[in-house]
Amino acid sequence: MSTVLQQIINGVSIGSVYALIAVGYSLVYSILKFSNFAHGGVLMLGSYFGFFALTLFGMPFWAALPLAIIGAGLLGVLNERLAYRPIRIRNSPLLYLMISSLGASIFLENFTIVTIGPNFRTYPEVFAISPFMIGDLSIGRLDIIIFVIAAISVALLTWIIYGTRMGNAIRATSYNMRVASLMGINPDMVVAFVFFLAGASAGLGGVLFGIKYTVWPQMGILTLKAFIAAVVGGLGSLPGAVLGAMVLGVTETFAAAFVSSAFRDLFSYALMIIIIIVRPGGLLGTITGEKA
Amino acid sequence: MSQYYIGILVLICINLIAVLGLSLMTGFTGLFNFGQAGFLAVGAYTATILTTKYAVPFPLALLAGMLVSVLTSFLIGYPTLRLKGDYFAIATLGFSEVVRLLVENLEKLTGGSRGIPRIPLYTTLPVALVATVLALWLVANYVRSRHGRNCVAVREDELAAESIGINSFRYKQISFAINAALAGLSGGLLAHYIGFIQPSMFGIIKSTELIVMVIFGGMHSLTGAVFAAVVLTSMPELLRAAQAWRLVAYGVLVVVIMVVRPEGLMGSWEFTPANLKALFNKQGG
Repeated sequence: MSTVLQQIINGVSIGSVYALIAVGYSLVYSILKFSNFAHGGVLMLGSYFGFFALTLFGMPFWAALPLAIIGAGLLGVLNERLAYRPIRIRNSPLLYLMISSLGASIFLENFTIVTIGPNFRTYPEVFAISPFMIGDLSIGRLDIIIFVIAAISVALLTWIIYGTRMGNAIRATSYNMRVASLMGINPDMVVAFVFFLAGASAGLGGVLFGIKYTVWPQMGILTLKAFIAAVVGGLGSLPGAVLGAMVLGVTETFAAAFVSSAFRDLFSYALMIIIIIVRPGGLLGTITGEKA
Repeated sequence: MSQYYIGILVLICINLIAVLGLSLMTGFTGLFNFGQAGFLAVGAYTATILTTKYAVPFPLALLAGMLVSVLTSFLIGYPTLRLKGDYFAIATLGFSEVVRLLVENLEKLTGGSRGIPRIPLYTTLPVALVATVLALWLVANYVRSRHGRNCVAVREDELAAESIGINSFRYKQISFAINAALAGLSGGLLAHYIGFIQPSMFGIIKSTELIVMVIFGGMHSLTGAVFAAVVLTSMPELLRAAQAWRLVAYGVLVVVIMVVRPEGLMGSWEFTPANLKALFNKQGG
């Protein structure tokens, strides 16, 4: 019984990191309706920003974390400005945006390999690793801290989107960009802000993941998990992304603990395929018909 | 001709076969496939296991590789191709990861991450050339047929295509199947040319290279695909020093093409006698 409980706690902890990444991906998807493959590159560089701030410049964690978040956010904005905006303004097919994001992702990953190097790097120990003990249940201190930071950030994001004027503008733009712009909303500014939010949350996710595991140039593949989480929860739905990420995190830790860690990812994909077949809109999403 | 140049030529043929399928699928039908290397791996491993462990004749083994690859394409296409949105692109990306995972962990069958050594070198230049010409003939005729035009209609406006009676799901599935068959063939040839396969040969880098060739040449032109496969396969061979920066350049290239000239180098221009004549007449007059 206690192993099951422990795996649930592990799953929720890693799920909360997935949620951070998935929320950013979903946010961009809900506005521009395309899968931003460069999300992983931004995440990876955010993780590197945090790593170098801690090691090279010897910053304390409370200073390094905001630096990584803001750095990744600005990188997201820059990415949109250079790689997506010219295509978006021309009204080209959505496929072009997706391909461009693929290019950006290839560039970010390989540029990192060439300049920083292909090896894995380990974060210095920012939190004590010793676990809490509750009865015979041991809970990793790191897992709790990661969960708390991720939960606060997701709550903050939710508040920005559902509780502020800017969030109102974001939601209006995601319903219909053209009508929103007729109502006096500047769509370019909304899109830039969304990319900042997405980049920032990806950067935070990258740092948290880096602390728990390691940092390496291909860690952007992690966004594949965010894609799966978003599909499971419902593409473009924010609460869906969070729920999907939690389901995915728990599924993964259970697969790793009770079946085989080598086949862990197989269970993630199986989960996605089952959801696509049984409930194509995702757990919380709705299937929207194509408009002519 | 020296062995070195023959080698480059064979590699061009092998890449071209996979690029032709991808061009039909991504360029003409508008389905973004980011997991082409996964299908190469399916074809390569199926063919190799058959020739090395069961001494099946090479052509039969290649066919089996193509068949298994096509079956996999149905498995992925069936749940995802009906849906709107990016489900399909995400599924292809996940698929190549799943293949890598399976190949690495089914050690008895695939040799795990160490791969399969000492594969007989059946892929000679004539074999590669014949396969390429057949593939080119097939795809060129398919694209120019009624079915090919239906694919383009599905790409341009799925709803409009459906309303004039085109079964868009079926055409997507067919494009995907043809692509999978060609990728399987390309993988089988590759394994029997290099003489050695391991999972890392079929990673995201390989998928990237192939999709970059399609985008670079022009998504709506087979001529562009051929041209890009020739140039981008031989260039890294000839410029080995710049190897590390090659993928960095590819990334920039893709973004710049999408921003500046999304139709690629050739646009939708094809190399046919009629088009050539028109080109010369325009320049003469």
